Amino acid sequence: MAIIILPSALRSFAGQQAQVEVAGSNVGEALAGLAQRFPELRRHIFTEQGKLRNFVNVFVGDEDIRYLQNQSTAVRANEVISIVPAVAGGK
Amino acid sequence: MHKSELQKLSTEEIQRYSRHLILPEVGMEGQKKLKAASVLLIGAGGLGSPLAMYLAAAGVGRIGLVDFDVIELSNLQRQVIHSSKNVGRSKLKSAKDFLHGLNPEVQVEAYEKRFTSENALTIAANYDLIIDGTDNFPTRYLVNDVAVLLHKPNVYGSIFRFEGQASVFWADQGPCYRCLYPEPPPPGLVPSCAEGGVLGVLPGIIGTIQANEAIKLILGIGEPLFGRLLLFDALGMHFREMKLRKNPDCPICGLQPTIHQLIDYEAFCGLPKKDESKMNEKIPEITATELARKLKEEEIFLLDVREPHEFKLCKIPGATLIPLQQLQDRLGEIEGAKPIVAYCRTGVRSAKAVAFLHGAGFTSTQNLRGGIHAWADEVDPSVPKY
Repeated sequence: MAIIILPSALRSFAGQQAQVEVAGSNVGEALAGLAQRFPELRRHIFTEQGKLRNFVNVFVGDEDIRYLQNQSTAVRANEVISIVPAVAGGK
Repeated sequence: MHKSELQKLSTEEIQRYSRHLILPEVGMEGQKKLKAASVLLIGAGGLGSPLAMYLAAAGVGRIGLVDFDVIELSNLQRQVIHSSKNVGRSKLKSAKDFLHGLNPEVQVEAYEKRFTSENALTIAANYDLIIDGTDNFPTRYLVNDVAVLLHKPNVYGSIFRFEGQASVFWADQGPCYRCLYPEPPPPGLVPSCAEGGVLGVLPGIIGTIQANEAIKLILGIGEPLFGRLLLFDALGMHFREMKLRKNPDCPICGLQPTIHQLIDYEAFCGLPKKDESKMNEKIPEITATELARKLKEEEIFLLDVREPHEFKLCKIPGATLIPLQQLQDRLGEIEGAKPIVAYCRTGVRSAKAVAFLHGAGFTSTQNLRGGIHAWADEVDPSVPKY
C-alpha cells in the first residue's frame, strides 16, 4: 500500500482525509485507485482524456514523477505520493 | 565596487541594526548590502504584510509596493500591516504609513495600480529582486515572466486554507514557476481564498519565509530555496520539501523558449476580458431590492449554493441550501415549478449554478447580483457580511 497525501484543496472530495492508503505498484495504479474510491476527485486530478492535469504535480518521495517515469513510476510499500496542485492565494 | 560600499550607517542606524551587526554572517558589510538593496513587492495583503514589515525592519533600503486595493474589515484577520481605523483607505497609503513609523530610514515607493503586462517591466526594472505576494494566477504568471525576462530572482509564496508553498525561482540559477506549473488551472476549478477561506496566521508564516529568503539573497548567505518547493501544512504542522527541476521544455526559460515578451495573462489563464458587462450578459440577474419586492408578491424557490458553514453564518429567510458541488446530484430537490433565484456570498458561485441550471432545463433561474452581501446592503442590514 502506498500513502497518498492530499492537499487542502482536495480533502473535501475525500471525506476531509489528509492522507489515504491505496493499493498499486505504480503511481498510475495508485491514483486510479484513489479516483475510484473518491469519484469526485477524478476531475480535479485527471483531464477528460484521463491525462494528469497540467497544474497538478505528483511527487514520489521528493521527486517529481515528470522526471521519473511519469505514471509508470514504481511505488514501494509505504512510499509517500504527494499531490501538489497550483494554488494562487496570497491575500 | 559594489554599490553597498558607498553606503554609510549613522550612529542611530548602528543602534537600530545592532542585532544584525553582531552577527558575523551579516555585520556591517551585510547591513550595508541591505541598505543598498531594492525589493519590489507585488501585493500588500496577507503575504505582503509580514513581508513589508520584516523587510523594512531589517533595513532594506528601497521597497516598492504594488497594490490597488482598499482595506476591508475582512482583511484584518491576517493583513496585520493594516489597522481598523484604516478600513476603507488605500492599502498602499496605510502600508506606507506603517512602514515609515517602523523604520523611517527605508524608502517606500508606492505603485497604486494593477501590475500589468503594460507597466510590469518598467516598474520591476528598477529593483534587485521581485517578491510574489499576489492572489491570482494571471498575476503570478506575469510576475514569473517579468522576473525571467529581467534575469531577477522571484521570491514565491502562495497560500490556501491551511497550506502554503514557498520557493525562490531564478531562471538564471534553476527552475522558474512555469517549470513547476506549465499551465494554470481552468477558471473555477480551484477556489480562491475569498471562496475557500484561509487561516489568518498562514500568510504570516509563508510571508516571513519569503522575507527570510529575500534577505538571504541580498546578503548572499545560506542556502536559498532554489530548486526546492517548501510545502507547509498548518494543521498537521509539517514542513516538507520537494525537488524542483528546470524543465528543458519550459516555454520561457527552457532550451528553446517561445515566450520572449509579456503576454495577455488573463487570456492565458482562460479568463474573459475585463469587460464584465459582457461576461454577465448570458446570466440572468436580479437585484436584491427587486428580489425583496418579488418575495412579497409571489412564491420563489430561493436556492443558496454556499457551503453549510456559511449558511450557518447568515441566510435569506426561506432559502434551501444545496452547495454548488452537490447541485448536479440534488436536482430533484429543486422546485422547478416556481421561479428560481440562486445566491451565494457575492454572486460568483451562484452565477455558475445559474448557468448549470439553465443547461439542466431550469430556464427561469436568475442570479442574485452581488449575493447575500448585496442583500445586506440593500435589504437587511442585520445580515452580517463576511
